[in-house]
Amino acid sequence: MDSVAPAPAPAPAPAPAPVIIVGAAMGGLRTAEALRKAGYAGPLRVIGEELHAPYNRPPLSKDVLSGTVTHESVAFPQRAATADVEWMLGSRAVSADLTARTVTTDDQVAHPYAALVIATGLRPRRLSLPELAGRHTVRTLDDAMALRDELLPGARVVIVGSGFIGCEVAATARKLGCDVTVASPSALPIVRPLGPLLAAEILARQQAHGVVFRLGRTVTGLVGASRLEGVVLDDGAVLPADVLIEAIGSDCNSEWLAGTGLDCSDGVLADSAMRAVSVDGTVHDDVYVVGDIARFPNAMFDDVARRVEHWNIPTDTGKRAGFVLAARVESPEGFSDAVQTPFAPMPAFWSNQFEVALQAYGLPGLADDIRLLEGSLDSEAIVGYYRGDRMVGVVGLGMKAALLPYRKVIAEGGLSVLPAT
Amino acid sequence: MIKIEVDMALCQHYGQCVFEAPNIFKLNDDDKLEYVASADDSERDNVESAVDVCPMQAIRIVE
Repeated sequence: MDSVAPAPAPAPAPAPAPVIIVGAAMGGLRTAEALRKAGYAGPLRVIGEELHAPYNRPPLSKDVLSGTVTHESVAFPQRAATADVEWMLGSRAVSADLTARTVTTDDQVAHPYAALVIATGLRPRRLSLPELAGRHTVRTLDDAMALRDELLPGARVVIVGSGFIGCEVAATARKLGCDVTVASPSALPIVRPLGPLLAAEILARQQAHGVVFRLGRTVTGLVGASRLEGVVLDDGAVLPADVLIEAIGSDCNSEWLAGTGLDCSDGVLADSAMRAVSVDGTVHDDVYVVGDIARFPNAMFDDVARRVEHWNIPTDTGKRAGFVLAARVESPEGFSDAVQTPFAPMPAFWSNQFEVALQAYGLPGLADDIRLLEGSLDSEAIVGYYRGDRMVGVVGLGMKAALLPYRKVIAEGGLSVLPAT
Repeated sequence: MIKIEVDMALCQHYGQCVFEAPNIFKLNDDDKLEYVASADDSERDNVESAVDVCPMQAIRIVE
């Protein structure tokens, strides 16, 4: 009798490809947490260029510069639900192939993915000037720690750029005893997001603390051979300087997506479900965008896609993407429902400069009309920002509790009025 | 029950937590944060959201 060979054991099924999140800052972390919270139990890998596990950035322009803050004290707590996430830190994505479904890292390894989350954020824009010791930016923990070592009492510090970062760093450096000059092409500090009313007040408060402003000026050159000695302005003035801090805005880390067809004209375009959108309008069910790099519509205001560089946005968009993507894995019906759930996150930001505790809700930058609502600008105040008859933003100097009802007005569409108190 | 801890040396009284967990956190008339230090498990999701949205990362759930 012929013997019958035993049937070969079936080949083990290949391990399913992971969800890959590219970017290991707050947006990447919140997406991973939201995926687990919404029930996604499959493999999850986070690829991040920085060696540090995700940390909170707001202290970088304040406490980290003035104290002995370490990574531990600014790191986000790790939750049990994300304990099995694979963190590939110190690894940079260099390209993606949406057809082959792979991400390639700088060691030339191609990583297959089941779904891709783009969370690569921003990097500080730099002046096109020679590299000299003494030039700094403030984006990462390593940036802040390098700067901290040079903010010594008596150091001559020039800050180029008068936005939130520039003004916060100016206040911190002044408190540390540095001589501080802010040079900026703007007519007033922080004027684009806040409008002239508050910007003029912030200028006055900064000047009262001894910060010198050179407004309407650009930096055109540097003095120094290997180490910075001075900063040249476009009017020919030379500011003696030991330290130059470049706070002139950010560029999106989207170069690695070249060739994917995604709309990377300003960040990466996403729909309200945070699904990535191609230049040809294709919406990708398995590619998501979160955080500073995401350009997305917010139903609270209109259907215009915008990038919003506020602290709460990585959390809100990460939770949204995690929720939708987990539903995508679970069931077609659940996915359809998740995509159609309205998304209207409240933009929120804060800034501490000297005694100024500024807090904002909504998008004040959209306003065509700005009104003082409560208080007095030279002490504590609430300022309302209107587009047509709708309140689109509110900013408080102090008055934190009194500000909260206005947040509700904006969340409800900006047309309701506050109940009389 | 869950136990809630706020590092009042870090807290800047922004009140973000108030929106996420209104039963636990509130700003008083002096713009200072007040909170309930222990709560039913049904509040866990809200308090976790409050932890996430605190700009100063001052809130902890003590396990």
